[in-house]
Amino acid sequence: MEKKILTTPISDEDIKSLKIGDIVYLTGTLVTCRDTGHKRRVLSNIVPKTDLKGGAVFHAGPIVKKVGDKWEMVSIGPTTSMRMEKFEKEFLEITGAKIVIGKGGMGSKTVQGCVENTAVHAIFPGGCAVVAASQVEEIMDAEWLDLGMPEAFWVMKVKEFGPLIISIDTKGNNLFENNKEVYKTNKEKQVAQIAKDLSFMKY
Amino acid sequence: MTLEQKFVDITVKFIDLVAKVLPDDVVGVLSTLRDKETEPMAKAIYESMFENMEKAVSMNRPICQDTGVLQFFLKVGTKFPLIDKLSDMLLEATTVATNTVPLRHNAVETFIEKNTGTNTGKNVPYIEYGIVPNSDKLEMIVYMAGGGCVLPGRSMVMMPSAGYEGIADFVADTMVNWGINACPPLVVGVGIGTCVASAAKLAKKASLRPLGTKNDNAQAHIMEQQLEKALNGIGLGPQGIPGKAGCVLGVNVENMARHPSAMGAAVSFGCWAHRRGTIVFDAKLNYEILDHKNTVL
Ligand code: SF4
Repeated sequence: MEKKILTTPISDEDIKSLKIGDIVYLTGTLVTCRDTGHKRRVLSNIVPKTDLKGGAVFHAGPIVKKVGDKWEMVSIGPTTSMRMEKFEKEFLEITGAKIVIGKGGMGSKTVQGCVENTAVHAIFPGGCAVVAASQVEEIMDAEWLDLGMPEAFWVMKVKEFGPLIISIDTKGNNLFENNKEVYKTNKEKQVAQIAKDLSFMKY
Repeated sequence: MTLEQKFVDITVKFIDLVAKVLPDDVVGVLSTLRDKETEPMAKAIYESMFENMEKAVSMNRPICQDTGVLQFFLKVGTKFPLIDKLSDMLLEATTVATNTVPLRHNAVETFIEKNTGTNTGKNVPYIEYGIVPNSDKLEMIVYMAGGGCVLPGRSMVMMPSAGYEGIADFVADTMVNWGINACPPLVVGVGIGTCVASAAKLAKKASLRPLGTKNDNAQAHIMEQQLEKALNGIGLGPQGIPGKAGCVLGVNVENMARHPSAMGAAVSFGCWAHRRGTIVFDAKLNYEILDHKNTVL
């Protein structure tokens, strides 16, 4: 199967063609932004130098190393996207970013944000931080260093960054929400099945 | 070199190993799950995990960027020569390892709400002491607790009428609602005790027990097996997407006696990157590494 590669700045057409479950890769510019970064951008309206229009955002707090006057990526992987649920919709609106990458699903507010702003959410396999780091060609800039290493706004050049599994698409489909219902039903069934084997209480 | 320097030195190297190489039992179960998995998305994730483990070694880097808050679980003999200096030495080892491994800066002082940048802070690294009378040895578990898999941990006190079924439901519920974001497949540690605190401690202990070991109480072991079967039947796969092979690396239960009218229950998770290492020192600091066979520091 041929690799599907998105290149920044990403067009609306490319984004619209994606559906949940698709596996894609990203080439171009990728920035990190997580809890405090989202708050800073949305609540304080502080704007980073790097333009995010058509861009890609990674919910991630990396380990970086300074070599001379350059930063080197040691290890970078996704963090739980749900923590950014409160601010993602507004973030997409004001930045024009097209793809948000993280770990686990996001909620209905982000789904709305993706539909209205033609954007998608995707997951990168959590914990695969060396694979991710090896796909970072260069750290081009570092902003908001006052927030500390995990929260700073790292601007990276990436090549075929992935696999990225689309979890929210522009039609409003949500891979994790769909599955959650299935998981819940299965869970009820499974727990009921083992209950009799766990009746150790004495009457 | 003094004995203290030697201890710090070995511990720094051991932290380095734990950050970069998963324990043998965890790798074993991960391989089984990878081979059993049939869903394409889930298979792609397992491929990335194994590629990642290989690259962590070849590129000499931490497996996951979240190297957690360092936790040390000690069983220290009362005659271990360095017993009085352990806290200071572990603090030093943490500070050094933060730069040499390197580890992500993960200690945020509460209320001040500032990252210390050293992985040390009030009561961090976390050290739990167990005292062993009449011994001159030290057994130390080093664990890196990433934020993602710590997040879903829960502890509560139930009425005994809830029964062990109630605990099973509590665990499964936590798995479906929160565990899904904790980078499954997960190690599931269940603690049953007197109160929130004792149950939580036992759950942590359970999550650190090697995979494939049993609770020596026959009924508690039935609970381990049944819970594993139930959780694997949810349909959850790696990273919370659908999977056929299952979503747990293992379920361990640790228990104690309880009050007649209260039952503490807790669950503590470990992610697929379950960075646990166990090392045993004798009084001269000769050591043996238990979870990572065929490794030299
Ligand atoms: S849950 Fe574990 S593997 Fe996933 S990001 Fe956190 S530390 Fe890494």
